[in-house]
Amino acid sequence: MNPWPFVIAAYAVTIVATAGLHLWCFTTMRRAESEADSIKRR
Amino acid sequence: MHFLANPARFLRIARPATAWLLVIGVLLATAGMISGLTLTPPDYLQGETVRILYIHVPSAWLGMAGWGGIAAASVSQLVWRHPLAGVAGRACAPAGATFAGICLVTGSIWGRPTWGTWWEWDGRLTSMLVLFFLYLGFIALAGAERERGGDGRISAIYGLVGAINLPIIHYSVLWWRTLHQGESIGLTGTTIDSSLLWPLPLTMVGFTCLFAAAVLMLMRADLARTKVEARLRRAAATA
Repeated sequence: MNPWPFVIAAYAVTIVATAGLHLWCFTTMRRAESEADSIKRR
Repeated sequence: MHFLANPARFLRIARPATAWLLVIGVLLATAGMISGLTLTPPDYLQGETVRILYIHVPSAWLGMAGWGGIAAASVSQLVWRHPLAGVAGRACAPAGATFAGICLVTGSIWGRPTWGTWWEWDGRLTSMLVLFFLYLGFIALAGAERERGGDGRISAIYGLVGAINLPIIHYSVLWWRTLHQGESIGLTGTTIDSSLLWPLPLTMVGFTCLFAAAVLMLMRADLARTKVEARLRRAAATA
């Protein structure tokens, strides 16, 4: 059995899931902080 | 801990720390993964599949550490009523669930060429799956409690009760000797050869920094939402 497809799949899952988590966290944070700033300015 | 009880003081530290943790985390995790894929020799028994070690072990550690964070925040909330404890507990859950999920998927991918099966109801695998479901339950419970304006006490108790699963995961390979290998990395030593082991600290520290950055971002989002809600309440009261 060629092991490389398994190794590549495991790394791909890790990279995509970690990047997805951080993208979601970043957009959630930016949206909440910009809403707080806009309410503060009002 | 009480030094950070003031949200304004916490945010002064969290804003630069988020960026630094992201940069250091990406650099170390990338270096560790590239080293693990290209610079280490194949294992004499497992061959090339041993390279999954460098992502599977950090994700297992962070999946468990995430719940450790929830349990510590729960104690802090229930005993000292720390104002940021509930925020920290809620922020640990999505990151911990993601890494517990990564651990399960990479373990399953590793199991197919090594054990000849994607899944086995072995003690370690099953207790890790239970941890993943505990995370989903915590996210739903803490979210619902926040929506209803609760004080977070129910989710804190759930967080403490769920911590019972952590020693079960840790000792599962000793209590039920089935398919998953026994402990190969302990506090006092390791059974893995140093020629294979050296990239692991890079990915461990790198992914831990990324985990901490994700938690800080979610804490900042939660605090900003609380600020918006407080201002809207004040505006409604004066109108």
